[in-house]
Amino acid sequence: MDNAFGQPQTVIVLGGSSDIARELTKKLCAARAHTVVLAGRNQSLLDEAASEAKDYGATTTDTVLFDAQDPSNAARVVTEAFEKVGEHVDLVVIAVGLLGDQFEQEDDAEAAARVATINFTWPVAALAELRRRLVAQGSGRILVMSSVASIRIRRNAYLYGGAKAGLDRLCDGLADSLSGTGVTLQLVRPGVVRTKMTAGLPDIPFTTNADDLARTIVKGLASGDRVIWSPPILRYAFAVLRHLPKPVWRKVVDR
Amino acid sequence: MSEHLSGWGRTTTSIAQVQRPSDETAVEELLAQEPNIIARGLGRSYGDAAQVSGGVVLDNRGFDTIGPIGADGIVTLGGGVSIDQLLAVSVPLGWFVPVTPGTRQVSIGGAVAADVHGKNHHLDGSIGAHVLAMRLVTPTGIHSLSPTNDGELFWATLGAMGLTGFVTSVTLQLLRIETDQVLVDTDRFGDLDAVMAAMIERDEEFRYSVAWVDCMTRGSHMGRAILTRGVHATRADVNDATLRPPRSSKLAVPFVAPSGLLNSLSVKAFNEAWFRTSPRHQEREAHSLSSFFHPLDGLREWNRLYGKRGFVQYQFCVPHDAAETITNAIEYLSTSRVPSFLAVLKRFGPASPGPLSFPQPGWTLALDLPVGPSILPEVLDALDEMVLSAHGRVYFAKDARLGPDKVNAMYPRTKEFLDLKQRIDPDHRLTSDLARRLQLSGK
Repeated sequence: MDNAFGQPQTVIVLGGSSDIARELTKKLCAARAHTVVLAGRNQSLLDEAASEAKDYGATTTDTVLFDAQDPSNAARVVTEAFEKVGEHVDLVVIAVGLLGDQFEQEDDAEAAARVATINFTWPVAALAELRRRLVAQGSGRILVMSSVASIRIRRNAYLYGGAKAGLDRLCDGLADSLSGTGVTLQLVRPGVVRTKMTAGLPDIPFTTNADDLARTIVKGLASGDRVIWSPPILRYAFAVLRHLPKPVWRKVVDR
Repeated sequence: MSEHLSGWGRTTTSIAQVQRPSDETAVEELLAQEPNIIARGLGRSYGDAAQVSGGVVLDNRGFDTIGPIGADGIVTLGGGVSIDQLLAVSVPLGWFVPVTPGTRQVSIGGAVAADVHGKNHHLDGSIGAHVLAMRLVTPTGIHSLSPTNDGELFWATLGAMGLTGFVTSVTLQLLRIETDQVLVDTDRFGDLDAVMAAMIERDEEFRYSVAWVDCMTRGSHMGRAILTRGVHATRADVNDATLRPPRSSKLAVPFVAPSGLLNSLSVKAFNEAWFRTSPRHQEREAHSLSSFFHPLDGLREWNRLYGKRGFVQYQFCVPHDAAETITNAIEYLSTSRVPSFLAVLKRFGPASPGPLSFPQPGWTLALDLPVGPSILPEVLDALDEMVLSAHGRVYFAKDARLGPDKVNAMYPRTKEFLDLKQRIDPDHRLTSDLARRLQLSGK
């Protein structure tokens, strides 16, 4: 069970081998998380992340292998993860995502669809099963990794940004639908985070690393803020950026 | 009916089906069929002890009968009777509860589940020492318990936070009083060592003794304190002796205050005012029962003052030979600058035989801490370590944040408790959010 400070004890991370997920898992285990189930597509990375979780204090870890290109497996993956936790699930993190190279994707129907599936369709399918299970539990929390890229979409990442925008907006409604169920959903909207997914991207202002982001998320889990911005100043930056006239916006982001 | 439930600290909320049975058969049926179930009284536990997310919560207030009070002061009560309701009947007849926590708004079933203590613990022990018998419904049947009749289950129930079953009735030995007044000595001390020395020296002369400690002053006045000690007034002590029961307060906090109302500055100012307005030394001043025993009942729903984020109470005890842990804890709190209201310091007498009963001979300190400061979780984790290394423990009835890895060391008889629970609850039906958090349901 979550304690009074919003520190979860049992955690499922979908997309559990990403840099951000691993950093967050470490911090949760250093606090109260003792049971962690990590789901992802690369068994050796998952095993690495699981043993890291143990180093940071987890007593029980397990993994679930899946491919987010196939939304028909989402319900099974969630079910398996819940069974592996074997008790009340306090927190489920959805950190599934694919950025890729826009210029390779934008004229390729299959590649474009893959970005949409991994960033949007698979998480949506997983959320349906999560919603059902957590509402039956009477408590529990969902943390969804969105992105500031979903708030104002940039020309050179519109496939990723668009799919995340769909997820972000959908989660807003989903969070409303959970009101009164004991279950809550929080969105994380990080700026650019230096990870293996973003390797090669230039550092733009407010770029953070996975450690800073995980720290901000842990604070957000404690405060219960519905949207967690990282760095927090982006909340205000985007209050302005999202209303910039188009030509100005393109000048700002397409340098 | 599906309800949102939280403890008195208003921190972790969860949803459960609430049922209010009023006969033992109904309780027995529910306990035999529901996979996750726990009893709840008046919700005065601070944390998550009387709630079970996604399960069934049995409200005990259907068991509301008060039997006749015998000439020997023995009474049998329904588990849902509150101390307030009991006193309304018993005080006019010259009987007081043998042990009362800082509020009258607890059910007797809840008081047994927490094995509550009061200002007289140093002499009289916890409530378990005054329970002559009880009826307990478990998933495997109805038990009539006493210290001599399945004493193992009897004592295990005291302090088990409802995890052995549902208490439907309690037979209690009341305390004879001649008046509804308490004669109180008050003393102000400039630092912690002075008040602790005074308590060691003369506590035995008073049935009731408790000190309020300021945990926010640093330097030479660290741990300044106000000690109040009292005895029930006899008819000879007061003019116009009366036996009126405590009256319920008309004052209530009408809405949830903004979080942050109670911050370092406001708490400091309150502590300062409290300290300055209390007399330096006063003897045998007559107080009413409610102003002495239940000052917080004067303001109903005072927990709302802590705002939406709520508060936690941290109460621990350490053995006599580890008294310096009290000093260290207060020093650490005052330097870490987390706001904490006047802390309550008290000496404990003999422990109860229950494996999960909290009090042990020594000292106890209770702190009210608003949730909010980002360092608070780590500060309390560090206090856990101090308490553990002194062979002390924290109180489950107050707890909302301990981790399961500390439970066995704080309560070394946990294994014995879980073995017993296995006997009366083989399917691990009795569980709560607290039991899940601390791994006490046996699952």
